[in-house]
Amino acid sequence: MSTTKVLDARIPGGPLAAKWDRHAMDNPLVAPANRRKFTVIVVGTGLAGGGAAATLGELGFNVLNVCIQDTPRRAHSVAAQGGINAAKNYQNDGDSIERLFYDTIKGGDYRSREANVYRLAQLSTAIIDQCVAMGVPFAREYGGTLANRSFGGVQVSRTFYARGQTGQQLLLGVYSALSRQVKAGTVTMIPRQEMLDLVVDGGRAVGIVCRDLVTGELKRYAGDAVVLATGGYSPVYFLSTNAVNCNTTAIWRSFRRGAFFANPCYTQIHPTAIPQAGDYQSKLTLMSESLRNDGRVWVPKQPGDKRRPSDIPESERDYYLERRYPAFGNLVPRDIAARAAKVECDAGKGVGNTGFAVYLDFADAIKRLGRDVVADRYGNLFDMYEEITADDPYHTPMRIYPAPHYTMGGLWVDYNLMSTIPGLFVAGEANFSDHGANRLGASALMQGLADGYFVVPRVVASYLAGAGKAKTKTESDAFAAVERDVQTRYERLLAIRGGKTVREYWWDLGRVMWDKVGMARSRPNLEEAITRIRALREEYWQNVRVPGGARDLNKHLEMAGRVADFLELGELIARDALMREESCGGHFREEHQTPEGEARRDDENFAFVSAWEYAGENQPAAMHKERLVFENVELKTRSYK
Amino acid sequence: MAETTSGKSIHLRIWRQKRGEQKGRFENYTVKNVLDEMSFLEVLDLLNEDLARQGQEPVEFDSDCREGICGTCGLVIKGVAHGPGSGCTTCEIRMRPFRDGETVTVEPFRAGPFPVIKDLVVDRTPFDRIQQAGGFVAANVGSAPDGNAVPIPKEDADKAMDAASCIGCGACVAACPNGSASLFVSAKIAQLARLPQGEPERKRRAWAMVNQMDAEGFGDCSNHGECEAVCPKAISIENIAVMRREYLKAFIGGSD
Ligand SMILES: Cc1cc2nc3c(=O)[nH]c(=O)nc-3n(C[C@H](O)[C@H](O)[C@H](O)COP(=O)(O)OP(=O)(O)OC[C@H]3O[C@@H](n4cnc5c(N)ncnc54)[C@H](O)[C@@H]3O)c2cc1C
Ligand code: FES
Repeated sequence: MSTTKVLDARIPGGPLAAKWDRHAMDNPLVAPANRRKFTVIVVGTGLAGGGAAATLGELGFNVLNVCIQDTPRRAHSVAAQGGINAAKNYQNDGDSIERLFYDTIKGGDYRSREANVYRLAQLSTAIIDQCVAMGVPFAREYGGTLANRSFGGVQVSRTFYARGQTGQQLLLGVYSALSRQVKAGTVTMIPRQEMLDLVVDGGRAVGIVCRDLVTGELKRYAGDAVVLATGGYSPVYFLSTNAVNCNTTAIWRSFRRGAFFANPCYTQIHPTAIPQAGDYQSKLTLMSESLRNDGRVWVPKQPGDKRRPSDIPESERDYYLERRYPAFGNLVPRDIAARAAKVECDAGKGVGNTGFAVYLDFADAIKRLGRDVVADRYGNLFDMYEEITADDPYHTPMRIYPAPHYTMGGLWVDYNLMSTIPGLFVAGEANFSDHGANRLGASALMQGLADGYFVVPRVVASYLAGAGKAKTKTESDAFAAVERDVQTRYERLLAIRGGKTVREYWWDLGRVMWDKVGMARSRPNLEEAITRIRALREEYWQNVRVPGGARDLNKHLEMAGRVADFLELGELIARDALMREESCGGHFREEHQTPEGEARRDDENFAFVSAWEYAGENQPAAMHKERLVFENVELKTRSYK
Repeated sequence: MAETTSGKSIHLRIWRQKRGEQKGRFENYTVKNVLDEMSFLEVLDLLNEDLARQGQEPVEFDSDCREGICGTCGLVIKGVAHGPGSGCTTCEIRMRPFRDGETVTVEPFRAGPFPVIKDLVVDRTPFDRIQQAGGFVAANVGSAPDGNAVPIPKEDADKAMDAASCIGCGACVAACPNGSASLFVSAKIAQLARLPQGEPERKRRAWAMVNQMDAEGFGDCSNHGECEAVCPKAISIENIAVMRREYLKAFIGGSD
């Protein structure tokens, strides 16, 4: 286990711009008449999973598509607000595939794979065309052309949007394509089911075991390939901007079956969420990054200034992002904006009751553009904010604070989005592939649809053409053994009948993660986190109380399984963060910063992807490396000044 | 923080039903220390924590995004789908308007085609089948022209977006005295009828979706307007007029 494997990303040869086309030419295909003989299991109905399932269906494959929600239309992609990037250059402002590629590599702090990012930038334009063709009502100009806005970390306007509901509209596009395939008989939808384990047989992924969330029954599904598109793991922090059912279970269980987990410590803390108000809270609400197009971030210059914002004169306000980063101002990337907010609050300049908030002020925008324009752009976000805080952002600045939001880490995949288990593909937020150490705004939706509509269908088809049909049947020992594992685990959880609820443990874990493995990390804190998480996990398995039974709809039991997995993942995140003796993107190690408090990367020693291999119950995972080779961009210190 | 402020006490009268086929009844609970800023679902979370600690079965209810966009949540609160005067989803309701000591009745969305699964959780899969009948534009991946090839007037795009905002929560059905799904179905039909991309399948779509709605057992629309009143996304009842027109055109001209 301790020998380090060098991971091969299987990147096609040739110049960057020609790799994806070359890949198409070099890889085998499945003839149309043979496609329906292959079954592909797709777990997840978000942009990545739903997009892949629908497109594989269009191609004629037999698809089983599983999700937790009662209908595919509710996958967490639905919650994305701000927009989706594409290198269309409709604004004639100098955008191009090259620039989107470069921005994404730089935004990711030079910790992503060039070939994947380039492909993403190439596919971005076709995504917009596809969505328009499917009836996605993107925002438009009076002349009828598509409208754009700007997002953080870039100097062009390339973000397409549908009010503050871009994710919803893109997902409804996916959902409609899925619906069409369900009607056509190519896709079988299996909602209200949770994948709880992966079945590997003969060295390839051949199926999954799920729990029917209505009846509690365990179900076996066999397929010739399995695609995981189960989203991110931010709720390891308990409070995050994610939906309450987002989880790591599918990828974590697959990790335990041999898929490597890459860069777990690359987690994104979003700078603009509504601050936490109390311990009862179940989630944090995001205020879209698009608000930083027109909103100005500030704190009082004097620490401890408790005056109302309207009573603080201009001269006594510090627009610290504009001051520190004049070139990008309020639109610096997320990691930088989030950390800057923390610095101000730690210096006692935070506002609101708790002192853990900064202002996001629209007074100038309203003066410049008028209330109607501002309302047209951000109306639904302002309403949401007022609903929660009882403050009216048209009149008083919003209070915002960073919150866990997105996870760049995920299962390791090669260029073909295949994990270290043959036949197991991973798409969307669940994989690690495109965003390096920090994701730029509006790029997750782009990646989800690039993977779903374009990459997965092609790479899965060529895998099937080579590997042929899997022989393992659901009645086989391989399936039976996995099902037994799943069942034992649930029986154990229910039998403990201890003194603390699942949610209390989740909350405790979240506290450790946020305090010790959050926006600023250090060796002593990470070591402490590892000890505390291990202790929590041990206690959990002795003292958790899970009400109800297994053969029934039981959301506490669902939560218990997910929290058990978070308690393992949390430790791996801390270990990865401890290993990475540098600061890059969302991973900030206090030991590695410049005198001005900016992140200090170490390209000589850390320009690699860490890929962790499961080593057994309570054993520290083993690390492998994928070296990152930069042939097309020069590694530079990221500067937004 | 929660411990330091003592909040209100809220009495909850909640519908409990072990399984769909079994009989349900109301049970009474009291939640203390309810703060104004809490959401209604967070109050149910508190209740469930208490129940779990006592080894009792928690109240099952659906929720996911908890910010009003996924359409998963949906409770009838004080007799109104998504709660009285809220104009938002159940998960967006905050406790400010509730009085200390108030008794609040909580029920599932009730409608024939939405059977109860357990407690406050209902089955809304008929909506999926209506969508499958025709709620799409048949455009395979790979076949799309440039996004700007067909300009769409801003007004049309905005109107399409208004209709497309529907989150599929089913409050319209729960609120309608006839249990009609017309607002939901018409929103999709109207969205696609307003866009050039939806044009070729326009008649077939209206025909198939409306017929599927009827087949699922939803009631007829008789213009009560209760649906519009509870819709958290302010979907306009005008869409139903559009749907009727589209259906009529399909009926007269043939669905193909
Ligand atoms: C509030 C918010 C706003 C955002 N705004 C933007 C934005 O403006 N632009 C942008 O680019 N990105 C944005 N993002 C990020 C982006 O929305 C997500 O990264 C992206 O949508 C993830 O898509 P996905 O398909 O990978 O996963 P998801 O959409 O999360 O889908 C996961 C799917 O997997 C299923 N699933 C999960 N676990 C299991 C299991 N064990 N068994 C069975 N099924 C399972 C779920 O049911 C679901 O169908 C935002 C994120 C949040 C939280
Ligand atoms: S939980 Fe998503 S709308 Fe209420």
